[in-house]
Amino acid sequence: MPDLLIELFSEEIPARMQGKAREDLRKLVTDGLVEAGLTYASAGAFSTPRRLVLSVEGLTAESRPVREERKGPSTSAPAQAVEGFLRSTGLTLDQLERRADKKGETFYAVVEKPGRQAAEIVAEVLEGVIRNFPWPKSMRWGSGSLRWVRPLQSIICLLSDETGAHVVPMSVDGIEAGNVTEGHRFMGIGRFVVSGFDDYVVKLKRAKVVLDTAEREAAIWQGAQNLAFAAGMEVVADPGLLTEVAGLVEWPVPLMGRIADAFLGLPPEVLQTSMKEHQKFFSVRNPKTGRIEGFVTVANIEAADGGEVILKGNQKVLAARLSDAKFFWENDLRVAKAGMGEWVEGLKAVTFHNKLGSQADRIDRIAALAREIAPLVGADADDAERAARLAKLDLRSAMVGEFPELQGVMGRYYALEAGEKASVADAARDHWRPKGESDSVPVEPVSVAVALADKIDTLTGFWAIDEKPTGSKDPFALRRAALGVVRLVPSNRTVKLVPILQTALTSHVAYEIRYRTTAEAMRRIIEREFENLSEAFHNQYGQGWERLFSDVYPVLREDMWQSELGQGLFDKLLARQLDWIADVASDLLSFFHDRLKVYLRDQGVRHDIIDACLAMPGNDDLTLLVKRAAALSETLKTEDGANLLQGFKRANNILSQAEAKDGVEYSFGADVKFAETEEERALFAALDKAEAAISPAMQAEDFGTAMAAMAALRGPIDAFFTAVQVNSDNEIIRRNRLNLLHRIRAVCSGVADLTRIEG
Amino acid sequence: MSDATTTPKSFQEIILRLQNYWAAQGCAVLQPYDMEVGAGTFHPATTLRSLGTKPWAAAYVQPSRRPTDGRYGENPNRLQHYYQYQVIIKPSPANLQELYLGSLAAIGIDLGLHDIRFVEDDWESPTLGAWGLGWEVWCDGMEVSQFTYFQQVGGHDCKPVSGELTYGLERLAMYVMGVDHVMDMPFNDPQSPIALTYGDIFRQTEEEYSRHNFDGATTEMLFQHFKDAEAECQRLLAFDADDPKSGKRIIMAHPAYDQTIKASHLFNLLDARGVISVTERQAYIGRVRALAKLCADAFRQTEAGADQ
Repeated sequence: MPDLLIELFSEEIPARMQGKAREDLRKLVTDGLVEAGLTYASAGAFSTPRRLVLSVEGLTAESRPVREERKGPSTSAPAQAVEGFLRSTGLTLDQLERRADKKGETFYAVVEKPGRQAAEIVAEVLEGVIRNFPWPKSMRWGSGSLRWVRPLQSIICLLSDETGAHVVPMSVDGIEAGNVTEGHRFMGIGRFVVSGFDDYVVKLKRAKVVLDTAEREAAIWQGAQNLAFAAGMEVVADPGLLTEVAGLVEWPVPLMGRIADAFLGLPPEVLQTSMKEHQKFFSVRNPKTGRIEGFVTVANIEAADGGEVILKGNQKVLAARLSDAKFFWENDLRVAKAGMGEWVEGLKAVTFHNKLGSQADRIDRIAALAREIAPLVGADADDAERAARLAKLDLRSAMVGEFPELQGVMGRYYALEAGEKASVADAARDHWRPKGESDSVPVEPVSVAVALADKIDTLTGFWAIDEKPTGSKDPFALRRAALGVVRLVPSNRTVKLVPILQTALTSHVAYEIRYRTTAEAMRRIIEREFENLSEAFHNQYGQGWERLFSDVYPVLREDMWQSELGQGLFDKLLARQLDWIADVASDLLSFFHDRLKVYLRDQGVRHDIIDACLAMPGNDDLTLLVKRAAALSETLKTEDGANLLQGFKRANNILSQAEAKDGVEYSFGADVKFAETEEERALFAALDKAEAAISPAMQAEDFGTAMAAMAALRGPIDAFFTAVQVNSDNEIIRRNRLNLLHRIRAVCSGVADLTRIEG
Repeated sequence: MSDATTTPKSFQEIILRLQNYWAAQGCAVLQPYDMEVGAGTFHPATTLRSLGTKPWAAAYVQPSRRPTDGRYGENPNRLQHYYQYQVIIKPSPANLQELYLGSLAAIGIDLGLHDIRFVEDDWESPTLGAWGLGWEVWCDGMEVSQFTYFQQVGGHDCKPVSGELTYGLERLAMYVMGVDHVMDMPFNDPQSPIALTYGDIFRQTEEEYSRHNFDGATTEMLFQHFKDAEAECQRLLAFDADDPKSGKRIIMAHPAYDQTIKASHLFNLLDARGVISVTERQAYIGRVRALAKLCADAFRQTEAGADQ
């Protein structure tokens, strides 16, 4: 059983691409081999910055011969049919077999494909894989036409068995496969021959290359920790950085340095981000002070001086970077201390979306909305508005300009510097959250108010301009925003979404009316549709009327909208949009419901249970919905609950059929005096009892109690159906019983729409 | 003088060593292009000559101007006028990385003592309609060069591919010589009778140009010049290729490209003056790119730029 070794040796492969490239190489080659009829015992892929390697063990020496048999037309079939069969099989008439069967004689094509040598298959598969490798970005070089991530320099393709190692004869774009490679760029031992995977790994190590990424990662992490430990410090774990750094070196040599005192006052997030993004340094924390005071850089060489020069150089670069950061920080603090007015002005010039205005316009809307939401989530309205006005100002800070990922974190620092209270400053950091499904949700009321306002403004804005997500396209991450809202609504509060959505939509409509309608369009609207206003405008503006609706409209309109006349016009224009606003709000609400369904399904709540709850009034209160669904889910898990559901469905079916047949709705007047049996009377009593319990429980949103009371009907309902025939010959008794069934439906429907439950 | 084992004593010695090194590798050592450009790539020896199939190898120093980077000579690393060293070889040789490392050794960087790394960096010039893949080269964590395999220039696929090396000379020299502030760097040999530092030569001009770039330049004039350069470029390329006077076929690709360079620099100046909004920015870049593409199209019709 031969083993296969493949090495694709190239110029430096980007670190971020190596993980997927390993997996692609392994899968594409082994799939190709298997498809061609070979089998193998195991396969492993490896990468360093300069090589992509695959080792396949226990490969079969040749593929099995394949015998294919195809049934053709009858020998008496028309010539055309026979010719067609010959064409499709590529055989001639004398190569076909004739076999007698019940109907006579039939042609058969029998093709025998001999087994092929592994080397032949490997060469074919590898060439195909190299030519079609799915690099995220690939390039040409020199005069060739081959594409690879960076110039491909040599190929090892070696099959080894007990007779020795044999180079697989193949070449791609002039690169002949061989059995030679080289080690480390600076510490290597020249080019050398390898005889198989084990030999390859050993010789590479001698040539200062650690082949396995996991081994390099472990060496880096261990080395970094040892260095830090010796200095009484600890390395801040960063698995992503560790993988990246392991993809940048063939022979990792961690070196530790100290951050100069002048920079220790920078926020730890700034130190960490700057060191990681620019220099790929690990941060080192002093456990005594809790501060980031050092760094670990990972060199790719054992330098003659033990890395002194390298460390000094890195330290110098870091000092230059941190000087920049410090400059940004100090500049930003100056603006923050002065109240951040500069940034407020600056955001007026930053477009959020060309149909939704500037960042400043957006902040105005969010502030108004946060104010409205605040009391619903237990926040002080003034604090919420203040926080909303501050929360995005750091977008204009120099630090966030340099490190966008620090947005929010910096906002909090600057707000504190500006003398804001902690809850307001925290909102600057936390209103962005949850940033993804795994991110936690803020709970501090001011943060919650601003976070909700921010996300709802975004959602309503894009709904208003009809930029909803479709299929896999969601460029503005609106699904994430909606899920954020679903998760943000506090579980102990009543927040009705529809009025909030309508308020937010109204702001967008107002912006559209005031600032996105051209002078000409506005003039036309007034003249055509508001005759009285047109007159009033002429009276007020006289000659100025023409001027108002000319190219100076963008300047004059601000005053116009402020005037009484403008207000009147605005109110009229807005009034025309109210139906549209209600429609959009309801459309958006169902988008929230979809997110909620996905969210609850992930928590194990069945979709039909959610549907049963969504069908109830008040479904824009997501907290209520969740509670209702959870309670229903629990109830249906109990034996009573499950049986009640059957009883309910039976009652509902009989009732619906009777209603359809009689063309009336049975809803009132079930009277116990027409009851004939004990069971009937018991059901009356049970329903009275259940109603008495359910109403107040529902009032108090105590779904558990309500549903327990509902489930308690199971016994009486079952007993009723066992003892009583609803469709009695006596019409009065029949009607009374149908009306009784209606009470079951009514009582249950007050809790949830059980008709939606499956099973 | 180019004894690789010694540390260079001056900025100019580093330039001279690079010139000698690349001359020894067979590059034509060209002189800087005589126009204001933002980077060595703009030199027609790179942009235009990377097109077509004719082999090409050139190296040169290119003074480069980035008006927005002016810091009145105060920032230790940032200048609005600085030097790039540019090497361009078509087709890119298989040992280009080794050649490059040899150039580092030539300027006194001991490859056994320093940590040299090729870190992914894809290059793109929106104004030139050009892109390539390659790396920024780190020496002990400091970016010292840009290494690019050109894939497209002026909207044309590069076939064959050119390899481009760009050294930021001041930064590289400061690192090699251990200088902390660019203005303190010796320009000529400090032992010379008249020793000059970088600051002696450029501090005053950095101040003057910083003021000019941020406050002095007349924006109405710049806008007008931009339009003029754009129109002139298009006009030159609209000429019939057959020149009646000489009786030859002459496409004015280079003169037209000069106007593209002008438009690009004027745009950079306007940007530094802060009179181009975010949305306009893209439009201006698009206009320069359109010119670059026209020039590339034209150059491909000439003898130097045609496929053989």
